[in-house]
Amino acid sequence: MSAPAGVIEAHGLAVGYHRRAVLSDVDLDVPAGGSVALVGANGSGKSTMLRTLVGLLPLVGGALRVLGGEPGSAPQQTAYLSQFHASGFVLPMRAIDVVRMARFDRRGRFQRASASDERVVLDSLERMGIRDLASKPLRSLSGGQQQRVYLAQVLAREASLIVLDEPTAGLDAPGRDAYLTAMDAERARGAVVVTSTHDIGEASRCDRVVLLAGRIVASGPPDAVLTPEHLLETFGITLSRVDEHHLHVVEHHHLHDDGRHVPHQH
Amino acid sequence: MADSVGTATPAPHAHPSSNPASTLTRMGTIRRWLASPPVVRNLIDPFVDNEFMRRALIAGVLVSIACAVVGTYVVLRGLAFIGDALAHGVLPGVAGALLLGVPGILGAAVGAVAMIGGVSVITAKSRLSSDTAIGLLFVGLLALGVVMVSGTKSFTGDLVRILFGELLGISEHDLIVQSIATLAVVIVGIVYARPFLLLCFDPDLAQVMGYHARRSHLVMLLLIAATVIVSFQTVGTLLVFGMLLAPAGVGALLARRVGIMMLWAGGTGVLATYLGLLASYHFGYAAGASVVLCAVFLFFLTFTVATVRESLAHRNHQAAHA
Repeated sequence: MSAPAGVIEAHGLAVGYHRRAVLSDVDLDVPAGGSVALVGANGSGKSTMLRTLVGLLPLVGGALRVLGGEPGSAPQQTAYLSQFHASGFVLPMRAIDVVRMARFDRRGRFQRASASDERVVLDSLERMGIRDLASKPLRSLSGGQQQRVYLAQVLAREASLIVLDEPTAGLDAPGRDAYLTAMDAERARGAVVVTSTHDIGEASRCDRVVLLAGRIVASGPPDAVLTPEHLLETFGITLSRVDEHHLHVVEHHHLHDDGRHVPHQH
Repeated sequence: MADSVGTATPAPHAHPSSNPASTLTRMGTIRRWLASPPVVRNLIDPFVDNEFMRRALIAGVLVSIACAVVGTYVVLRGLAFIGDALAHGVLPGVAGALLLGVPGILGAAVGAVAMIGGVSVITAKSRLSSDTAIGLLFVGLLALGVVMVSGTKSFTGDLVRILFGELLGISEHDLIVQSIATLAVVIVGIVYARPFLLLCFDPDLAQVMGYHARRSHLVMLLLIAATVIVSFQTVGTLLVFGMLLAPAGVGALLARRVGIMMLWAGGTGVLATYLGLLASYHFGYAAGASVVLCAVFLFFLTFTVATVRESLAHRNHQAAHA
């Protein structure tokens, strides 16, 4: 038994592009089975943070250990869903072929998929509720269906660290339910799930929520973080619950280039 | 071809097996059936009778196979522009080789490597988008090539030969080089099948899964370069681009899987080679250009059929749900 180290350990982490920090002073300690939601407007640094976690971007500063090593040093244990799949329209692939790609690194270059690989692939399609779309060409599927295919690919990785950039974008309600159920199961077997999202409902199901607006607005358990004040600071907009199913926009702010919040009169 | 058009005489091949008492062997029957009608003779004899036509056909088939593998990735990854640039970037290399008296293929290799290196450096170091960088390098190298060739005595001949190839003047040595290159392209294509597929899907995912996206991308560029370099003798640097894109385009329209797309592309390339050579033989058209024209024609034919079929299917679908 190794010491119970966190799957993600970040101390004073700064992330960004070309050695320029987009976000700094990030402290995170996520144990196995934990989950983190990064919530913020577009350009708030969510994707940059996720890309740094999986080793696509070098650190700008601070310390970061992922799965016990440098970010990106454990590719077999990592699943990653990026935000854009521009190729989905051209690529002649069936849904099942996309999910099969998740198993490529489990076997030698010329080895065929094993029966257990195939079982995992079919099971992943089933969990996302798209088993019947398996042999459909990717380009014939709707945006939401394609997103489910990509999420099935993530499940088929059987990864210890699952990093998802806006996984619920484009999903319909049944798709979103399938996704949330699947992620609960992934966490139950010890996987860490880190997502970026605009979906406050999805974020509130995570252990930890980090609100981003070019800096960390708040970080901690969802109850403490997802307050109207923090959301106002993050989005320049806040929602109040009118009843169980309706949210109401309270105020609208514009973020100016210099970073000042300017109230907008309605 | 003229003797086959408008002939209404019933040919002996109408009922090849109608006489069971025939003493001829089955092979003999087939051979007679194949050989008799003038239309068939025109389709096969040019290759049976002429060594240069056979060599052209073999070279074309080899180019088609290499272009099927490489062209598929060029189409799927949207690398058409860099493929085009490579195709023209090799010109000064070939011209330089001609001036120095070394084999053109070596010069082409140098030109291609310079092109890949130049594009990589410019895209990495500047804020220009890669298409601007590629475009400038491409035009610059093309101009350099023309300037270099224009300094030699046999300007027009050399330039035409480099740009359009010499499909009907392929030597045995050329065929060997082409075979080796095609084999190499196919082997690398098989070894890199998974990284290349991931690269087409999402380069970031390829990297996260430990497949070294950058290295795979470089290997892909080198494959394009290799294909362009060995093809300059057959269809020429100007037209090899058509053989990279058109057959793979047909594959993209018809296939649901990448492997099948390559098969369609290969088949289309071979068919275009055959038809193009035939047209060149019978009507005296330029061989390389005829082959490429056939490939492009096959693409637009497939495109039209696929579009019509799709819109019909869409209409039926709507009717079924009305």
